[in-house]
Amino acid sequence: MTTASDASLQAAPVHKARGYWATVGRRLMRDKVSVVCAIILLAILLAAIFAPFLHLADPYQGSMIRRLRPIGTPGYPLGTDELGRDMLARLIYGGRLSLLIGILPVILAFSIGTCLGLVAGYAGGKVNTAIMRTVDVFYAFPSVLLAIAISGVLGAGIVNSIVSLTVVFIPQITRVAESVTTSVRNLDFVDAARASGAGPLTIMRVHMLGNVLGPIFVYATGLISVSMILAAGLSFLGLGTKPPEPEWGLMLNTLRTAIYVNPGVAALPGVMIFAVSICFNMLSDGLRSAMDIRN
Amino acid sequence: MTTLLEPIADIGGAAQPLLDVKGLTKHFPIGGGLFAEKKIVRAVDDVSFQVGKGETVGIVGESGCGKSTTARLLMHLMPRNAGDILFDGQLVGETLSLRDLRRGMQMVFQDSYASLNPRLTIEDSIAFGPKVHGVSDKDARALARDLLTKVGLRPEVFANRYPHEVSGGQRQRVNIARALALKPRLVILDEAVSALDKSVEAQVLNLLTDLKREFGLTYLFISHDLNVVRYISDRVLVMYLGQVVELGPVDAVYDGPAHPYTRALLAAMPAMDPDERTLEPPISGDPPNPIDPPAGCRFHTRCPFAEAVCSETVPALSPVEASGHLAACHMVTPGSGHSRAPALEAA
Repeated sequence: MTTASDASLQAAPVHKARGYWATVGRRLMRDKVSVVCAIILLAILLAAIFAPFLHLADPYQGSMIRRLRPIGTPGYPLGTDELGRDMLARLIYGGRLSLLIGILPVILAFSIGTCLGLVAGYAGGKVNTAIMRTVDVFYAFPSVLLAIAISGVLGAGIVNSIVSLTVVFIPQITRVAESVTTSVRNLDFVDAARASGAGPLTIMRVHMLGNVLGPIFVYATGLISVSMILAAGLSFLGLGTKPPEPEWGLMLNTLRTAIYVNPGVAALPGVMIFAVSICFNMLSDGLRSAMDIRN
Repeated sequence: MTTLLEPIADIGGAAQPLLDVKGLTKHFPIGGGLFAEKKIVRAVDDVSFQVGKGETVGIVGESGCGKSTTARLLMHLMPRNAGDILFDGQLVGETLSLRDLRRGMQMVFQDSYASLNPRLTIEDSIAFGPKVHGVSDKDARALARDLLTKVGLRPEVFANRYPHEVSGGQRQRVNIARALALKPRLVILDEAVSALDKSVEAQVLNLLTDLKREFGLTYLFISHDLNVVRYISDRVLVMYLGQVVELGPVDAVYDGPAHPYTRALLAAMPAMDPDERTLEPPISGDPPNPIDPPAGCRFHTRCPFAEAVCSETVPALSPVEASGHLAACHMVTPGSGHSRAPALEAA
């Protein structure tokens, strides 16, 4: 039933099935920078989660006679802060809140923004205009200002700063999701799926989601560092966590008076924020190239 | 394998055309912003034709003449401005549901890569349609593997591959299998072989011929390649700027083209014999802008035989000698006022 020359193109070896994400994972593992960043992030995350089991000093226990010891003091490997509390313990315990405030708003905004963008991009027309112009309203404000304004209205606190950061990120993720969806929507395979009689929900689930999730995910990974910095900023302004809770942004704020006395210790929370942000950014870049499996 | 889809039943019998298109019209509004004047592209303008059961009808024309828009309108992938599309005598929305129409009519797109979801395996892509229509996952996969064999691809090699892992010709075979998965009666092939190189194109054309015989299919074959259309079609329809200019049995049209546009198209075909090559360009210039098409006959701006009547009156499709051969040209219509028109027969 086929012509003879077809036989030659059948000679390929039997192909073993490998899922898309398995391929992406394998490619990511080959990228050294991404692997190093992933290890650093994992170490910080695990240390924060299992902090109570690490036999650290009490992060709340201060001592007026041991204030602002420099890095390397025996018994205080990273010195002490302005109230004589152990910096190592506070940095590790601080990671719990900082990472939570950094990651949770992005996850929330990712879920909500993807849904909004997918609907806007797939439906087009008036639905698109309604969603995207509403989103544009939020774009009128700089994100720092918006986060401060919402936090200020809701009042200080961890939950409120998570809510305000989520609101800040939803428009950005929605916009990316909408533009990716619009470009995928015009491809023939979506028309082919419509031509096979599938409804819009089935098409969005089976054909759209898998193709738009990747780029949005990469973008969201990059937002984690922004989220951490904004959260640190809110805490710095007294709108996020309250003392004596350890949190990197807040620690940076309270230690700033010690910047001339003991600059090494004062900079430590900033170093943590910097390290985590840069690792998330590098990882997001690595993910972006790993997901481009056509190359 | 009892849960597989049954083909949509033949209703009107062999004499009833499978597809009856009447006055199909699609206008795209462009511009129309706050200050811009709203303009209309007449992409498809009053197109009527029929496709008989078991027939292959070719549609030819230049780029932008409305071939692909016609295909998408027939698939109900975009709303039309006017016209009726009857599938086996049934009108969608009245006696035929859109869901059933999409089982009876399937389409193969030109871009073999863009028309397959890059995140689904070939098997998943083919099985998607039947699953939408209630076939179980297991049966749909069995059907997909069966169809892969039918289009000449070994399922154990190809079923779990992704579209970017196979060649263009193989992808187009997958697209054909996907279209056949719903047991359609009519398959619209929108430039389905145009992007393939010549040897692969010939293989796919042979495959299409074989499948047509095996499944009793009817094809609507859209192409700009006149040789391919002649090879595969029973009847051919020539479009120019959204309108049908000539229509008839493929040999009648190719051997005795009645419309000057068809003549120009055929003259532009590269000759196999170097001694017969054409030395001068058959028609000059680009097709006029479909936003503001010329009045009267749309071809009169490029037609060597244009007369006053051509820019005033729109020519209707009129019969040429052979049966079923029609052309929309004043030179064919008796008594049209064109100097070359045949005289009106005495009553």
